[in-house]
Amino acid sequence: MAVAEKTPEVAAAPAAATRRKRSFRPRYPAWLTAPSLLYYVIFFLGPMAILVAFSLAVQQGFGSLRYGFDTSQYHQIATSLYLNIFERTLVMASVGTLLTIVVGYPIAYWMARYLTTYKMLALLLIVVPFWTSFLIRTYALKIILDPNGYLARDVGVNIMYTKYAVGVGLVYNYLPLFILPVFASLERMDWTLIEAATDLGARPFTAFREITLRLTLPGVVTGALLVFIPMTGEYIIPNILSGGNYEFVGNVIGDQFNQAQNQPFGSALSIALMAALSVFVIAYILFATKEEQFGA
Amino acid sequence: MPKRRLKAKHAFTGWAVVVYAFLFLPILVMAVFAFNKPSPAALAAHHGSNICSIPPDQVGNITVWNGFTSCWFSAGLHDPTFIPAIVTSLQIAAAASIIATVLGLCAALALARMKPRLRAPFDALVYLTLVVPEIVIAVASLIFFVQARNYIHAFPPLGKATILLGQVVFNASVAMLIIRARFVGMGDTLEEAAYDLGSGPLATFRQVTLPRLMPAIVAAALLSFTFSFDDYVLPAFTNGTTNTWPIVLYSAVRFGLTPAVNALATIMLGATLLAVVVTAIVLRRGRVQVTPGQETSRGLDAALGLR
Repeated sequence: MAVAEKTPEVAAAPAAATRRKRSFRPRYPAWLTAPSLLYYVIFFLGPMAILVAFSLAVQQGFGSLRYGFDTSQYHQIATSLYLNIFERTLVMASVGTLLTIVVGYPIAYWMARYLTTYKMLALLLIVVPFWTSFLIRTYALKIILDPNGYLARDVGVNIMYTKYAVGVGLVYNYLPLFILPVFASLERMDWTLIEAATDLGARPFTAFREITLRLTLPGVVTGALLVFIPMTGEYIIPNILSGGNYEFVGNVIGDQFNQAQNQPFGSALSIALMAALSVFVIAYILFATKEEQFGA
Repeated sequence: MPKRRLKAKHAFTGWAVVVYAFLFLPILVMAVFAFNKPSPAALAAHHGSNICSIPPDQVGNITVWNGFTSCWFSAGLHDPTFIPAIVTSLQIAAAASIIATVLGLCAALALARMKPRLRAPFDALVYLTLVVPEIVIAVASLIFFVQARNYIHAFPPLGKATILLGQVVFNASVAMLIIRARFVGMGDTLEEAAYDLGSGPLATFRQVTLPRLMPAIVAAALLSFTFSFDDYVLPAFTNGTTNTWPIVLYSAVRFGLTPAVNALATIMLGATLLAVVVTAIVLRRGRVQVTPGQETSRGLDAALGLR
């Protein structure tokens, strides 16, 4: 046992000895982080702190409030009306994410597996919409889906102002964001493994399931969380494409500050949304680190 | 290629065509409908007047083709609300891009070679700024700026300044990640060589590090500019009475379609695409040789702010 433990050290020792001794290691001073740190503390942590304080404050009449430790806003979130909105948001984001995977994975696979000369062009065409305005893209979709448009009138697909329109909008806007990390993980794959598997008698689908899918799964999970997280906090798409018929948590938060002027409740909803998201963010960090180690 | 695989390839290519159509058709339709005439009924009702001066709520059904006209472009460009809003957005985006890139560059330089244990808290903060939903940041910034001005009069009132201050948080994080990814990928051997040859820290930074970082800095600045210019949610809450281009676009989108909006959106789209192509060409020219493989796979998603 002792011998077995020693072996790696013995093997590593000569490598360390032959490594070039660095004369100097260039570093930049740590105080260079100070400006952005200060900025984050004031303009990011500051607002977050006030948000927490507001969520525990007491509303006194229209627009004025008193700081305190009042958890009644959180109790109100736990009522069925608002739990339903949370559930609807999470379900819709999950459906949107699944659709994005179904639509996007084959595209990433197609680019990585079959394209050579035009691979970068195909990728660029996926990226281009990402650089254009989110709002303009959603607006463009609204023209297509309009109840008076060709799609509704002549094809009979009239889904504007329903949850289906919201679903289409989610996939349309977030597809590039999913395809890129999945493409990266497919690019890293060693395709000779598939050849080996088929040579050994595996059917193409078995080879895909046992090798390609397994090796790219971390990339898929990373990409899925990368779109799921912003979908859950989505504000623009439900607002424009459902016309207020199908609100996400984000829209209800916005309403508390725009129309209802119930800022403590809006703040509490914001904290609850972040709490719900934190689970997925932690999952994302774990997978992203794993994916990085795996890729390196 | 075996027949079966060829068949699979065709199936995938077919799917790709469908998806590319899905991605580009709406944008294309929007651009084409920027040249659309008002509905025949609206034309009859406003007989004799300039067809592009018909108010948005009376243009009728413009999501089907009614005929060709190019006058919406001049109508859009002479609109009294759109153009000042676009100018405001350009000003904010330029300032946000410069501030965010400088903050991001400074942090990236120090963080890239810091001990992981010291770096971790800062990284956590950066990722937090990226994953918190924008609507949450928007409402938090709104109450923060209102309260801050109540207590400290040096804080600006809601307007251009508060939009800018709020946007820089997200953009500085994106800029930092892009620049750091390249800085790490570059390695430190050339800088070491410069030091060995007697160059001081500032001269090394100016003559060795900065030129090699330039593509990432340009990418970060451009991406910050785009994000800021296109941003709707945060400005919608912290704008006070200031109108930005996304805010006027949003209200136009929410309350009825008009080809004048299509025309302006198409111009904006064209400008964005032109900027992206020009930058891509510039970055291609200025590309520095780095460790092969490593940079290409990391560079792309980093350049898009995905990391």
